[in-house]
Amino acid sequence: MILVWLIVIPFVGGLLCWQMERLGDRLTRVVALVTMLVELLISLWLWFRLEFQLPSLDGTAARWALEFRVSWIERFGIDFHLALDGLSLVLIALTAFLGVLAVLCSWNEIVRRIGFFHLNLLWILAGVIGVFLAIDLFLFFFFWELMLVPMYFLIALWGHSGSRGKTRIGAATKFFIYTQASGLLMLTSILGLVLAHHASTGEYSFSYQVLLETTLPPALSRWLMLGFFIAFAVKLPVVPLHGWLPDAHAQAPTAGSVDLAGILLKTAAYGMMRFALPLFPEASQAFAPMAMGLGLLGIYYGAVLACSQQNVKRFIAYTSIAHMGFVLIGIYSGSTLALQGVVVLMLAHAFSAAGLFILSGQLYERLHTRELSEMGGLWGRLGSLPGFWLFFIAASLGIPVTANFVGEFMVLFGTFPTAPWVVVIASVGLVLAAIYSLILMQRVHYGPPRSETPLKGLDVREFVMMLSIVLLLIWLGLYPQPLLDTTEAAMGGVQQLFET
Amino acid sequence: MSFDLVIAYSPMVLVAATAVTAMLGIAWRREHTVTVAVSVLGLILALIAQVVAWGVIPVGTALLDFDGLALLAGLLILASTLACAILSHRYLEAFQGAREEFYVLLLCAAVGGLALAASRHLAGLFIGLELLSMPLYGMLAYAFNQERSLEAGIKYLILSAAASAFLLFGMALLYAQTGEMQLSLLMASLNEGLGLWGLAGIGLMIVGLGFKLSVVPFHLWTPDVYEGGPGPATTFLATASKVAVFALLLRMMLSAPLAQADWLPALLTVLALASMLVGNLLALTQSNLKRILGYSSIAHFGYLMIVLVVAEGLAAETTGVYLVTYVLSTLAAFGVVILISGNTRGQDAAALYYYRGLFWRRPYLTAVLTVAMLSLAGIPATVGFIGKFYLIALGVEAQRWWLVGGLILGSAIGLYYYLRVTVTLYLVAPGASRRDAPDDWGMRAGGLVVVIVAGLVILLGVYPAPMIGLARILAF
Repeated sequence: MILVWLIVIPFVGGLLCWQMERLGDRLTRVVALVTMLVELLISLWLWFRLEFQLPSLDGTAARWALEFRVSWIERFGIDFHLALDGLSLVLIALTAFLGVLAVLCSWNEIVRRIGFFHLNLLWILAGVIGVFLAIDLFLFFFFWELMLVPMYFLIALWGHSGSRGKTRIGAATKFFIYTQASGLLMLTSILGLVLAHHASTGEYSFSYQVLLETTLPPALSRWLMLGFFIAFAVKLPVVPLHGWLPDAHAQAPTAGSVDLAGILLKTAAYGMMRFALPLFPEASQAFAPMAMGLGLLGIYYGAVLACSQQNVKRFIAYTSIAHMGFVLIGIYSGSTLALQGVVVLMLAHAFSAAGLFILSGQLYERLHTRELSEMGGLWGRLGSLPGFWLFFIAASLGIPVTANFVGEFMVLFGTFPTAPWVVVIASVGLVLAAIYSLILMQRVHYGPPRSETPLKGLDVREFVMMLSIVLLLIWLGLYPQPLLDTTEAAMGGVQQLFET
Repeated sequence: MSFDLVIAYSPMVLVAATAVTAMLGIAWRREHTVTVAVSVLGLILALIAQVVAWGVIPVGTALLDFDGLALLAGLLILASTLACAILSHRYLEAFQGAREEFYVLLLCAAVGGLALAASRHLAGLFIGLELLSMPLYGMLAYAFNQERSLEAGIKYLILSAAASAFLLFGMALLYAQTGEMQLSLLMASLNEGLGLWGLAGIGLMIVGLGFKLSVVPFHLWTPDVYEGGPGPATTFLATASKVAVFALLLRMMLSAPLAQADWLPALLTVLALASMLVGNLLALTQSNLKRILGYSSIAHFGYLMIVLVVAEGLAAETTGVYLVTYVLSTLAAFGVVILISGNTRGQDAAALYYYRGLFWRRPYLTAVLTVAMLSLAGIPATVGFIGKFYLIALGVEAQRWWLVGGLILGSAIGLYYYLRVTVTLYLVAPGASRRDAPDDWGMRAGGLVVVIVAGLVILLGVYPAPMIGLARILAF
């Protein structure tokens, strides 16, 4: 039942915020903050309380640490089926934490229609948590699409209209159409899978566990796998399908960017690990070289394009594409080590990208610009902000001591036995990461200052936010073992399914 | 047996009797509110009778066949007529001319719809279709002092009459070929040998019925008529009239599929794909909500034609579910337009301009329109998603990949304008608003109707089991 609460709390919190607006802005923000803190506490409490053992492939009992199931649409054997294992718990904790940050970082940024803003913000988080918990394919798709609507509103209503005809509504619509159209492809695949199962057993079922057992003819399996892959590839994003991401990031408000980079991109990696690989192991294995190739393409493409960006947020968006290339390679390498690395890298990227987006939001509040050409020489004018900026830049290029290093190292190390050349080429991408990161740092903070007047430094709220992310990144960089223990069982399970 | 027939006929009889009562009432004394009350009462009684008739199906006469399909279509027709009648009350208050006749026309059209949905004979078909169309001419041109409305009425009259002529000629050719007028016998006999006349007859009938459903390339009248007609008349045209025609088409396809003629599914596939794409593409640049809804209905019937192409397995159930979802979403969308327009004289407030920033003035009314738009776009948690889910399932099961592809592409294009409408509602309002719903809209019956419909859209979207149950029981 606690799993249902995890979804219901932000949902109800959002409704409350909407109505609270009449009673004052501050109260609305406090309600949203408290909602997300409660969510975070619940997930941490679950983390300490639950055991995550290795799953046994024959018995279903040990696979999930918590489960909730009620019949929903009997006609097609659809259940309201939620379940929690190590992987989903880690991602839910991440969602809750970034949710807190998203509320905090819009504290001063959003001043209009606060109630409706927080309604959308909290509903995105509710939808994402639903995605991480659902293991009925229909329910998964339900949440997968549901989180798009509030995200659309967030970008379309509180975003920034950029220059040269790039409007926030255009960016939001692009985001929505990309994800919705690819989502319908996934729905087609889900239905293809269910109907194939129906043809062989005579029963409808959307249950993950049941559909894992389905044996498919190889040709069909290949097509269905592609349907899932494309849906996730759009969201991740994988390079030829990434068109929406830079625009969405550039036009979104800070909280939207934090959610987008920190959580929404992770739902795609989660979907690949939870659904695309285990449901279609042979087809995925055959597709792996292709996927890794796309990952490499992403690493180089993201890095090269990042270097030429003029807008801070677009810059960070392109670096995200590069980082997600590593994630894609790790997922399709098929070794437990690399999969574990993917989890660490996902968290690390979520923290570092969220940190950079929040920092650029804070920069915008002070400078009122996102154009790199109007920055420069800010070091010394902003108090401790450039220091944090340097840390996150270092994290994003994968300096040891940060979690990013651990993640990238594990991914490359785990992939080497299966695909050494991919690792060699990807490693060169790390050099590019160093180049673009340092370019960003140089252009924002060094060089001749535009004026000598100091700008407002970080206040307590901003300082605590940034410090907490820094500490998390360092903790995971120095001692990632608790995290690895939690997800080991789940990742081992994925790897077993993938291999057999 | 004969008593069962009486029960099965009773909804139609009740609606007809209501129409006569209303007419006599008008002759005696003009009372707008009383006329509405009589119509609503009659329609509610008819709805109850329709539910009672559930127990006696299937029964039938030579002309009409009361089976599950007729019953489900009848329920939808009566429900949407009821919604139209209630919404018209406030809408016509501001109308200067005679208001009461509108309800007589509405009720007559409803009888026609009921007959059409149940017809199993070419004669029944034609009677039903004409009884449905004739009052619609009057309803569309009801605000005859406005140029647009008059234009819509005349346009529909001329084109609809032409379509009827096509239909009649097709029927005649089919009769000449087979010597049968009973639909099932006719189709069976066509299965033995189509012949040149049979081919031409079927082609002409597709033209005639395709016009009523506004399937591309017979769709040209749709946007103008939708835009020009008074809100309630357009609503009836978009919901009840289309449901009735589609029920008839499905009956023809299901009663005896033309087994050896594989050109027919191919032709229908082409029409369906054309409707999906053309409907959605043309809607992209529109800035009038009623026109957008018109194009959107073209696209939706394009999607629904997948059912006619497949015509087996889940097809009947899908039709039931999809028609329910379509009617509910369309009613919610038009309901809001009617409420906004009804307060003042002149043309309907359908330009998107009037809807800018509606959320900040009328949050709940905006929620209704948002839900309707998302449902038409097929987003989960609304009923439209369930309909789309069924259609994709049907297409995948029958392996009609072209149609599934068209559905996905069409939905992706369609999102653009549904989202455009939706986001307009939340933008900053441009100064003083000139058109708005009355302050007490939520207290009025019309407001209640749209809120209930929107509630159903959400409720059945989250928990569709009752709707699926209904569709399964009735669509056999």
